[in-house]
Amino acid sequence: MKQQITISAHGLAIGYSLRGGRRKVIHNSLDIELRNGEVTCLLGLNGAGKSTLIKTLCGLLPPLAGSIRVLGAPLESYSHNRLSTLIGVVLTEKTYAGGITVYDLVSLGRYPHTGIFGQLKESDHEAISRAIKSVGIEHKTTSYVSELSDGERQKAFIAKVLAQESPIIILDEPTAFLDVTSRIEIMVLLRKLAREQQKSILLSTHDLDSAIQLGDKLWMQERGAKDNRASAPMVSGTPEDLILSGVLESFFGKKGVVFDSYSGKISPVPSENPVGIDGEARSAFWAGNALKRKGFAPTAPAKEIVSVQCLSPTEFTVSFPNGKTLKANSIEELLDLFTNSSS
Amino acid sequence: MKGRSKHIAIYISLGVALLLLFCGGLLYGSVRIPIDSILEIIAGRFEGRQTWVQIVMQSRLPQTITALFAGASLAVSGLLLQTLFKNPLAGPSILGISDGAYLGVALVMIYFSFNSYLTTIIAAFVGAAVVLLIIIGFSRKVKNSVMLLIIGIMVGYLASSIISILNYHASPDKVHQFVLWGMGDFTGVSMEKLPWFVIFASGGLLGSVFLIKPLNALLLGESYAANLGVRVKSIRIAILLCTGILTASTTAFCGPISFIGLAVPHIARLLLGSSNHKQLLPITLLAGACVALLCNMLTVVPGSNSILPLNAITPIIGAPVIIYVIVNRRNIQYFN
Repeated sequence: MKQQITISAHGLAIGYSLRGGRRKVIHNSLDIELRNGEVTCLLGLNGAGKSTLIKTLCGLLPPLAGSIRVLGAPLESYSHNRLSTLIGVVLTEKTYAGGITVYDLVSLGRYPHTGIFGQLKESDHEAISRAIKSVGIEHKTTSYVSELSDGERQKAFIAKVLAQESPIIILDEPTAFLDVTSRIEIMVLLRKLAREQQKSILLSTHDLDSAIQLGDKLWMQERGAKDNRASAPMVSGTPEDLILSGVLESFFGKKGVVFDSYSGKISPVPSENPVGIDGEARSAFWAGNALKRKGFAPTAPAKEIVSVQCLSPTEFTVSFPNGKTLKANSIEELLDLFTNSSS
Repeated sequence: MKGRSKHIAIYISLGVALLLLFCGGLLYGSVRIPIDSILEIIAGRFEGRQTWVQIVMQSRLPQTITALFAGASLAVSGLLLQTLFKNPLAGPSILGISDGAYLGVALVMIYFSFNSYLTTIIAAFVGAAVVLLIIIGFSRKVKNSVMLLIIGIMVGYLASSIISILNYHASPDKVHQFVLWGMGDFTGVSMEKLPWFVIFASGGLLGSVFLIKPLNALLLGESYAANLGVRVKSIRIAILLCTGILTASTTAFCGPISFIGLAVPHIARLLLGSSNHKQLLPITLLAGACVALLCNMLTVVPGSNSILPLNAITPIIGAPVIIYVIVNRRNIQYFN
């Protein structure tokens, strides 16, 4: 299937209309494009206006300026009902659906497809079962929504969106409040849906690791405009390109943290206190990790600095510039040597 | 499907209960009338004592029909309010809506000598609508649902206190009539008034059936509902209109009746084990009719000519249900 642009926005200003005709503009000139078959991750710090952008793109908030096109036509040209067959959302909003079953919840996704009394036809039942199966919670079909774990609940809402059969799916922080495994499960699931069903998926997240691993595109949303100045443009691209071109480094490299463009991780600014590390790769990696935490900067071994030779997970040799050497049998012992020798 | 057979069982038992209670309402009263005579009276073939015909046709029959429709209306109106305000403890009497309707009727009763059924209903509707708008206004500012309930109770008190002040200016016979009416009863609707009440109540009930689909979507909150294609603003107005009509018509004819609107949706949810309005709304409607018929029968004091005020009976059934629900809310799905 050929890739196409499903949502595009030009010169988009987002924010809220306040009382008395005043407006609170959060961003004022965003240009964005969303494609099908891809997972796009919207990254941004708290207060960057991720939720506002998401609500604007799915038509829940009116844009303050600029245009949004959905499948080629202006967003506002669609009727309520038509739009709900094009864009499905999963939000962070509190719901009151504890007393209905997973099946009932997912069947609400059929809302735009059913008649005035919401009677479900055979095809609707099939779509619902299919949606529940795709997210892998068949065993919870008759459970109440209130009985689900956070991860299952999120999957149930994703199933609702699948039953909606919209080509575009927008999720506001779908992995917040989830444990590590559920977080990865959800991301892998979304990946799979984008690839297998050619959905356009946009999700906002704080989870940089999974965004880099599983996102096809990243949108980097800077904090919004102050007063009436133009806000920083949305930078978008493939995660690796953004890393290699230094976008992520400058985006996250603020106030005592750095983005490491080798590991793709954010960490505290390293100290100026070098320690040479060498030896068996795995032990050396974790010894370096531990020493970083203690305020050292791992580097290549050299004569004039303290160096650690990692022979195996239970054998570490520390050599000092004055020629003295000490041995440690675990990383804990190794760290003790460093704490004692520095005092 | 296991769920479907459970639904059918509930519908059948409620249907049977409704029928039995309806017959019970016709049979049971301070004057003992045999069952075959009652059937003959209703069929119009009875040729015995005219007082019996009077009692059945002018009192018991309209009273039972009134109870049936009033119970159904109040229960459905309570359910609509609970879903709209996302608050399982909302209801027409607790949010002061019945009191608003009561105030509307009081103004008409005391200040206008003419009071046709239509003006009474309109006055009740205006009163109910004003309180509903006030509550909605507050619901924008007060997000905490318990606080909103307390505001509703306060608005109800305000309406009652205005009514008391109005009473002060009214003639004693009007006050008497009014105080009696305020205790709530199903006996005030004569055979001539009955069609009016039935038309308005049925209108509201029918309207609410068309709201079943959007009500389910509203369980997900307004943003989700809007994304599913619900026109949230129009639906909210439609829900308010239905609630207003149901509460106002019942209050105009039977006085402000407490607890049925609050408690019956819970009874229905506990019976059904789901808040899916597709079943919940019809079951609430049936259960409301049953509970009202039961309350109506309980107002008859055995071996006496007098009847108890309805609002002395409804809390006996309603209050324990609400207390049970609150105490067990951690284990009740729709609270979580």
